[in-house]
Amino acid sequence: MRAIRLRPVPWHLLFFLGPAVVIYTLFSAWPLLDTLRLSLYTSAGPGQRVFHGLGNFVTLLTDPHWSAAFWNALWNNTKFFLIHLLVQNPIGLLLAALISLPGLRLARTYRTLIFLPTLLSVVIIGFIWQLILSPLWGVSEGLLEAVGLGHLFSAWLGRESTALITLALISVWQFVGIPLMLLYASLIQVPDELIEAAVVEGASSWRIFWQIKFPLILPTLGLVTILTFVGNFNAFELIYAVKGALGGPNFSTDILGTFFYRTFFGYQSQVGSPTMGAAVASMMFFIILCGVMVYLYVIQRRLHRYDV
Amino acid sequence: MRSSIQYALGLALATTMAVSHATTLTIESWRVDDSDLWEDVLIPVFEAEHPDIQVRFSPTSPTEYDSTVNARLQAGTAGDLITCRPFDVSLNLYQEGHLLDLTDMAAMDNFEDFARSAWTTDDGASTFCMPMASVIHGFLYNPEIFAELDLEVPRTEDEFLAVLDTIEQESSYTPLALGTNDQWESNQIVYTNIGPAFWGGEAGRQALLDGSASFTDPEFVAPFEHMARWGEYMGRGYESQTYGDSQNLFSLGRAAIYPTGSWDISYFNQQALFEFDAFPPFRVGDDGQCVISDHTDIGMGINPDSENAEAAKLFLEWLASEGFARLYTNEVTGFFSLSKHEVEVRDPVAAEMINWRQDCDSTIRLNAQIMNRGTPNMEQELWTVGSRVLNGAMTPQEAAERIQNGFSSWYAPQQ
Repeated sequence: MRAIRLRPVPWHLLFFLGPAVVIYTLFSAWPLLDTLRLSLYTSAGPGQRVFHGLGNFVTLLTDPHWSAAFWNALWNNTKFFLIHLLVQNPIGLLLAALISLPGLRLARTYRTLIFLPTLLSVVIIGFIWQLILSPLWGVSEGLLEAVGLGHLFSAWLGRESTALITLALISVWQFVGIPLMLLYASLIQVPDELIEAAVVEGASSWRIFWQIKFPLILPTLGLVTILTFVGNFNAFELIYAVKGALGGPNFSTDILGTFFYRTFFGYQSQVGSPTMGAAVASMMFFIILCGVMVYLYVIQRRLHRYDV
Repeated sequence: MRSSIQYALGLALATTMAVSHATTLTIESWRVDDSDLWEDVLIPVFEAEHPDIQVRFSPTSPTEYDSTVNARLQAGTAGDLITCRPFDVSLNLYQEGHLLDLTDMAAMDNFEDFARSAWTTDDGASTFCMPMASVIHGFLYNPEIFAELDLEVPRTEDEFLAVLDTIEQESSYTPLALGTNDQWESNQIVYTNIGPAFWGGEAGRQALLDGSASFTDPEFVAPFEHMARWGEYMGRGYESQTYGDSQNLFSLGRAAIYPTGSWDISYFNQQALFEFDAFPPFRVGDDGQCVISDHTDIGMGINPDSENAEAAKLFLEWLASEGFARLYTNEVTGFFSLSKHEVEVRDPVAAEMINWRQDCDSTIRLNAQIMNRGTPNMEQELWTVGSRVLNGAMTPQEAAERIQNGFSSWYAPQQ
């Protein structure tokens, strides 16, 4: 005890933690709390705000004009996330497993090429894919015809039934490099002696992957899932770049990000409402918070890391 | 060391003095397409007359303009001069205290009441933006394709559809250069372009406002019914065709008819590979009246937070002058000055369009005044249902009902 009492003030802790705490508080925590506060107010005439309790949330969830748009955006966002979860992460896992195979030639080149789109601006991605898929100038129709599938082509980005799926797949194409990198890093850390032991026991590659490597990278897969979840429920740029803030046609690509944008900033003659926008932003925050909590308390607790 | 600090201080002081000497005005605008014209043609004329004032043109893309300017005004970072959208958007800015009251400016007398009405409060007491220009809606067409197929400019709805049929069947050209990806076209250059001939222009618009007509009446459903027939003429994959795609399709000579507004003239003067021409929206029936959407589109007001309000007023006075009217109408082709001055229009297509005012009745875009104030926002609703009707995803009757339901949910005269 005496030793602790005599210990000098831990200035070094302050020195190392201070900048991060200050920056995080100033640019992240405080704006977040202020947004939550703003969502409890409403506009009362020019430039005046009055306390409104949970009124904005009640409007958002019960007023048919608001709630229909909100649930539509939430449902579209969920679909957007599920497509990422079911397409992006398995492909990322497959590619990571292939690239981490010992003796694969040009592994680094593949890795770099697959990761490259992640570094490009979403606006460029949106523009390129819009051109590729354009029925007027695009190459996709010709490519499909070349392999005898021309009849399958349609204006995918313009139809209510396909626009959201197409956009989600474009986003998958862009971001598949991230699960690839994380899972790859995790796969190459699997201790060699485990795999060697399994080989000696006569296990097939298939069995080695599913019964040895896969359980050991599960924590990383969980991390990738939660990163995908947070990223998708905050998504905005790609939809905005390709379809505009209305998420057309008929709001079939409207996700929470675009819905928030219209509510907060307004769009064309729709007048923006900072307080209502803050309410939508708070709902987004709560949704993401719930998802992350489920992950932390239900999934992550059950994951065990392999200790050598 | 010391001398260098003194030097730096002196330099900073000198710079500040130089800056404070000349006033700089910043214009917020959505006319990205015209920024060269403002910087190279319009502004130099003003600066020559007022050497102590410098003007900077700072455009934002049209679909983002309203929200961006609103945010900048609230944050206090907006420019001195605000380009005004007509009616409710600017009215809302004025009521929020983000536009100066300009009622007392003498230059306001250079404009007719109808021009001022787009930027005047409902009670007529205050005007808050200097009117600048209107745009006229209609159709551009490719006369070479018309000559090749021996077509005449259509006068009535039946003739219009017959022309589309002929182009579709007897040539490989796309009859209509129009897409629904961006959605706004379906209202601003389709429904409110061809519609006034069905609902009788101003009379129909006023009937909606005073509650004696509704969107489900035949005259307001009919334009949707007409639009439902356009899908087969709009070319393959029009559902994902953007406004830019449509412009390219027409300027490359691959499409015959381009529904649009006069603002596109200057673009096609630069881009089109042929001499294009224009015809007005069709009449309904042989003895139907021709009605054009002659929309008061653009004005300019002053940011109350501006430190250069006096210079800004000088600029607005110049905007109201005959010199500006002539310059703007002829340099920014397709925007027709709203002032009372007689201005000769030199561009042949623009002159053709402004001549429609002789034979046709005029109205403004159907929903621009009052109807856009509520929730759900009618402008967005019209974009959505208009695109769905063009896409064949919604019947005309459903479209009309959805608009009417939204309208009557908040507008007392419709309840």
